[in-house]
Amino acid sequence: MALPDGAQVVVPPRAPALRRATLADREDVLGRLLLAPAFLYVILLVGIPFVLAIMLSFSGARSGTLSFDWVGARHFRTIISDAQFLLTLRNTLIFTVASQVLVMILATTAANVLEVAFFGKRAVRMLLLLPWAVPVSLATMASAWIFDSTFSVINWTLRALGLFQGWIYWLGDPEVAMLAIIIIHVWRMFPFATVILLAGMTAIPLEIREASVIDGASFWRRLFHVNLPLLLPVVTVAVLFGVVFTSTDLSVVYLLTRGGPYNSTHVLSSLAFQRGILGGDLGQGAAIALFLLPVLVVVAIIMLRLARRTEVGG
Amino acid sequence: MRARRRLVHAVKRAALYVAALAFTVLAVFPFYWMTITAFKEDNDLYIGATVRTHIPWIFNEPPTLEHFQYLLRETAYLAWVRNTVVVGAAVVVITLLLAVPAGYALARLTGRWGERLGIGIFLTYLIPPTLLFIPFSRVIAVLGLQNSLWALIVVYPTFTIPFCTWLLMGFFRSIPRDIEEQAMIDGYSRLSAVRLVVLPLAVSGLLTAAFFSFTLVMQDFVYALTFISSVGKMTVSLGIPVALFRDVFNWGAMMAAALITSVPIAIVYNLFIDRFIAGLTAGAVKG
Repeated sequence: MALPDGAQVVVPPRAPALRRATLADREDVLGRLLLAPAFLYVILLVGIPFVLAIMLSFSGARSGTLSFDWVGARHFRTIISDAQFLLTLRNTLIFTVASQVLVMILATTAANVLEVAFFGKRAVRMLLLLPWAVPVSLATMASAWIFDSTFSVINWTLRALGLFQGWIYWLGDPEVAMLAIIIIHVWRMFPFATVILLAGMTAIPLEIREASVIDGASFWRRLFHVNLPLLLPVVTVAVLFGVVFTSTDLSVVYLLTRGGPYNSTHVLSSLAFQRGILGGDLGQGAAIALFLLPVLVVVAIIMLRLARRTEVGG
Repeated sequence: MRARRRLVHAVKRAALYVAALAFTVLAVFPFYWMTITAFKEDNDLYIGATVRTHIPWIFNEPPTLEHFQYLLRETAYLAWVRNTVVVGAAVVVITLLLAVPAGYALARLTGRWGERLGIGIFLTYLIPPTLLFIPFSRVIAVLGLQNSLWALIVVYPTFTIPFCTWLLMGFFRSIPRDIEEQAMIDGYSRLSAVRLVVLPLAVSGLLTAAFFSFTLVMQDFVYALTFISSVGKMTVSLGIPVALFRDVFNWGAMMAAALITSVPIAIVYNLFIDRFIAGLTAGAVKG
């Protein structure tokens, strides 16, 4: 942070001899002391529950009692042979991949538009952020009303424009319901990815881009040989966050379809909630949720590599 | 040749405006729909089921405030707002008390292992509620905090502390070291130097951390859904979608609630978003 022009920090000098050195003057000790509370909080309330999540998945724990009996890999054997679980796993994968592909296409386009100066740009950027800023459960309810089976304005408009005469039961048909869920994820995530990409684009030194224009590189050549490679780290960050936020999301599916119709739109998180919390089978719920772990581990590893790269390079 | 170039330029500008407009419509349409629904008479909302000529895009009957009146008088909406503010304020205080010292220590005092630890703390932000709500339900049961706002106050800092520690670390790093070193040469201890010199300079960073802690609390649906069961103890994010839906035809009140809850926060959000992104992309973007 730069100090504003002319700002001066005025603190009256104080006689050095009057104060005795204390333990707090030893930098390493002070550092540890200042870090300790936050560190302990995270260990106690993220670390321990995380371990507990793994332990619960091997237990017959149920809600309502505090019992804890070891059942080995029983839950994992049960769910792996459960058709519902396999469908859920597939849904999670489809939602995450499909929405991230669409998000990145939309966000790249939007970021390229917003990078150019035009009248009303600030207003557009502000409005574009609304979907991301609004609490997800409220945005989902607005979508539920838009996709309503009797009153859907989308259906009305399609019919009025003469594009489609039938009536789409958005949340009543398994495949259409999945489409609706993907649309909401994309709508919610693309503004976030756009802003991340914009931050990355403005950080590319202007000379590099001007040089490539002067050298006569075509638009596509500039895109694939100059802009994208330079943007790769920031694109990676946008995709990683997108993957984490989409693959682990419970709110959209729970509020829009409750996993229905006929349990066809469940994702890992909503199935874990249904079996673990509503059904009371904490052990099985924990086992289902644990299938998200590989995704998170991969994301964490890529993040670490990114961080190390900039540590070395910058 | 010149005319041609001008034409190309005009087409490019036109395409730009069309694209910008398309994105704006995509982003804003649900809010338009929320707004028009919130102010429509019930009849105007639901008559389309039987009357084919009814146009849902406009007010066919004069706008009304009846959904807002219903919301304020006959639902627990105000209690949800109060609960959200109470929980949010408590979480902001806890987060700042823990994340400010931690962020400062990571920025100034701990050197290389601190950097590693900082990344480690940030990664815990990526552990999602989905993985933790089941073990937390056990922890909260052991603590006896089921269906209590305390459950939320205890649990929410698990994501606000990692995020704000990381955000504040970046913020403290951007303040020149010389400033506090000068104060220390003048005879102040490091702690007084921080209090007198660094914190006043970091006010905007502290505000950003406070704001994002609050919005992260408001955004949460999963933990509230898991821990809170009685209507009077819900937060806005939980109460509006879950408790307002007693009657199927309650979309007017639902959208009214969504509108007055989300629009203020969305507007303030714009003031802080750049810092938020700077925090998330630190490392990937060299500024």
